[in-house]
Order: sequence, then C-alpha cells, then structure tokens
Amino acid sequence: MTDGTDADWRPTAPLGNLRRRAEVVAKVRTFFAERDVLEVETPSLSTATVTDLHLASLRLADDAASAGLRGAYLQTSPEFHMKRLLAAGSGPIFQIARAFRDGESGRRHNPEFTILEWYRPGWDHHRLMDEVGELLSIVLGVAPAERITYRDAFQRHTGLDPFSAGDDDLERCAADHGMPPPRGELSRDDRLHLVMSAAVEPELGRTRPTFVYDYPASQAALARIRDDEPPVAERFEAYVGGVELANGYHELVDANEQARRFVADQRTRERAGMRPVRPDGRLLAALAHGLPPCAGVALGLDRLVMLACEAESIDQVIAFPVDRA
Amino acid sequence: MPSYNMNQVKVGLKILMDGDPCIITDTDFVKPGKGQAFTRIKYKNFKTGRVNEMTMKSSDSVEGADIVETEMQYLYSDGSHWYFMNQNTFDQIGASEEAVGDAKQWLKEEDLCMVTVFEGNPMVVTPPNFVVLEIVETDPGVRGDTSSGGNKPATLETGAIVRVPLFVQTGEKIKVDTRSGEYVSRA
Repeated sequence: MTDGTDADWRPTAPLGNLRRRAEVVAKVRTFFAERDVLEVETPSLSTATVTDLHLASLRLADDAASAGLRGAYLQTSPEFHMKRLLAAGSGPIFQIARAFRDGESGRRHNPEFTILEWYRPGWDHHRLMDEVGELLSIVLGVAPAERITYRDAFQRHTGLDPFSAGDDDLERCAADHGMPPPRGELSRDDRLHLVMSAAVEPELGRTRPTFVYDYPASQAALARIRDDEPPVAERFEAYVGGVELANGYHELVDANEQARRFVADQRTRERAGMRPVRPDGRLLAALAHGLPPCAGVALGLDRLVMLACEAESIDQVIAFPVDRA
Repeated sequence: MPSYNMNQVKVGLKILMDGDPCIITDTDFVKPGKGQAFTRIKYKNFKTGRVNEMTMKSSDSVEGADIVETEMQYLYSDGSHWYFMNQNTFDQIGASEEAVGDAKQWLKEEDLCMVTVFEGNPMVVTPPNFVVLEIVETDPGVRGDTSSGGNKPATLETGAIVRVPLFVQTGEKIKVDTRSGEYVSRA
C-alpha cells in the first residue's frame, strides 16, 4: 500500500552528515580515553524521574510485564544514575546517552536526542570549562573560548543589570529584539530568559565559543550556590554561534540541600497543577553515602554535530527525527 | 475552527489574530536551560501585509482561520466585481475591487490567478508573476533621447501604465513582472 509519500522512509540527514557524526563521536571517545575518563552506560528507563518544572518526562504504561518497568520514565538525562556511580567510587566518567523530553521539537530540538555528559571529581566549574573548551577545539577547530559572567553578558548586550532591572525594562528589551512577552503570568526568571534568548544569546560565541558562568541563584538547578552579593549559582553554559551547546555545574553534593530542592519543586508543581513526582530515593541515598565534590557538564551532541556540519537544523544530523521515526 | 498550541504551530498555518486572517511565516522553538519553553512565531497579516511577531508559552493557543487558497481562472469584470472560476469544480466567485487590488491592472481573460478566500469571501487576488500584454499606446520615442532616462511610459491593453525602453512600439507585446510592475522583455 502506498500513498505516494514513500520518501518518508528516507533519513532526513544527508549520508555525508551521518559520516561526520560518526567522526565526531570517535573524536569524543578518543578525547576521553586519552584523559582516563571511563565510558559508562546507564538506564534509559527508571521508576524515578526529575522534579524539574520545565522538563516533561515520558512514561511507560502501567501494564508492562516486568514489574520494574510499570509506569517507568524515559530519562531526561543520565545525571541521577551517573551521580550514583560517582558515589560508588567510579572516578571520572562520561556517557553518550539517549535522552527523552516530551514537547521539545524544533530546529535545534528533537524529543529523542543525544547528550554527552561527564563528571570530574575534585574539579570546579572553571576547571571543567577549560576541558569543555579543549573538546570544542579538537572537534570544531575553534579558537580558545572566552568567559563572561551572566551579569556582564546581560549588561554588555542589553545595558540592563539582570539583578536589578525592572520587569517593564526587561519586557521592553525582549520585545525590541523580536520576543514580545507572552500574555499572562510571567516569573522574574521567565523575563530574564526572554531577554537572554532574544537579545543576548544570538551575540554569544560568534568568533570563538563563549562560556557564561555564575547564573542567578534562582536558576541554579543542581548547582552549588555561592553566597556572594547577590548569591550566584556555580553553573555555566557554553555557546557557539549563538547556539546553547552545554550546561555545566559545580555539583550540589549536600543530600539535605538536594532533598530541600526536591521538596520545593514538588510544592511548585502542586501549585501549578502539574503531575506529582516523587523525589529519586536512590539518588538521595547515594548523596547521603557521599558524592565526591565534582563538576559535571551535559553537552548536546546533536548540536555539536550540527556545528561540525554547519547544519541549520537538527534534522540534518539525526537520521530519523520524531516525525519519521 | 481548531486552536493550535505552541507545539502544533507550523509555517503555512492560517490563523486568526485579533480577528484578522494571517499566515505563519516562521516558527522557532526556544527552550532556555532550566526555564519554560517558548515558541516564537512570525505571521503575516493578509489585510495589511505586515509581518508581526508573537511569543507563545505552553498554556497559549492561536485560533485557526478559515482561509483557502485556490488557483482560479479569471473570466471577466462587470466593473464592480471580478469573476473567477475553479477549473476543476466550475464554481465561480466574485471578488470585490478591494480584494482584487493591484491585480486588476494585469488581468487578461483566462489568466490563472491565486484567489485567497477567507470565510467564504475572496480576500486577496494574486496575479501570475509574469503577464504578456499588448501596448495600446506609447510615443514613438526618439533614439538617443536620454532626457527621460532612456525609457517612456506605455499604456497596456488592460489600462496598466508601464515604463518601457524607447525602442518598443505601439502594437508590440511585452512581458511584465506583476510583482514590481516593471517591463521585463519583448514577448
């Protein structure tokens, strides 16, 4: 039976790009082998998932034959499992993992995508930024990266101080750069995100990669918070050609603080009418046992390949994106 | 009409914005690290021709618009309406002067045009990109006369006035680009 659209069976990515993708992956493996970072594989399915308000995890039905899979979640990142390995004494580890995020589709997004994630016990986020920069040099042949704080990047490209600018000023700035704020309730962070996306990010990483670090404490996720004035999250993001490529942290290792953040997330989810998510008990137990101080980073491997291929869209580097999987 | 959320909007989707018929010309899914996702859309207003931007979040939706674009054959005009026919169904439709707009100066019987219909009423008529029309009146044009920039006005069979090179004469057929209103070549 044919409906005339038989081209739909073909990959969206040109075969040349698939070859470049394989080369990038090989370079990544060589990079870590040379540095004695162990490659690990952790599950794509787990009964636990993230409490993050903005990550929609996909879930299996309740009728799987394997008890452990009933209602299991596809992982939005390998983070929790890799931290359990670190707590078990793995030492430095990396993984090229498939991740799944519902509702994320676009020029730079596919709901099923590949994360390169790695952890360095004993390092802070600055030392890890050095290593991310080395990897980008080797894979993309780019010049050494520049580093700038979130506050400085914001001020340089908008003239506004993210910690003190008025909500109206932020909204006007976003609108002036092509992202008028959506109607309805917006948090302070939403306004900051709009300005970052519309006005700041397109200017980052143009001639060399840009690392933005020391984020507002409200955008810390699982990073340590440093008690500066104002407090900042020890978190960084890497930008190349205006594209967000990697997200890294000086990791939170305090089990109590992690538990506290999970509970705060749960309360927010409840208030927003979102599906409740139980905190990952096994992760908390691993943290209670002791996670070595470390820095970790998650890098979008598909986007790295996009940069290596000068592709405009993620479907040029993924064989079968969601619409023709 | 159905509504579309930020994951459903696509380029080419016809939507209603503040009551005006529009078409989405660009979409961009934006997901800040550790923040809520947005979809940026650019859309063109059929009535004004202007392109605007909008940012959608997960709880937002846009309304679909009842807009259909069909290739139709121009039949004739009675001065107040311009009549077109669907060559497959033989349905006929009358477009007002406002809907026909600039297209009316290029239309010759049997030309195929794109007629955009909104809620059953013709809203925009787009003529073919190129038309071949006869010059019904133009000055002879003196060779070497550069006082007017090397061209002269010519009136075409439809009443349109186009600037043409001096060597082109009354009675000749010329090709015109309807998008710019400019002479392209002899036909």
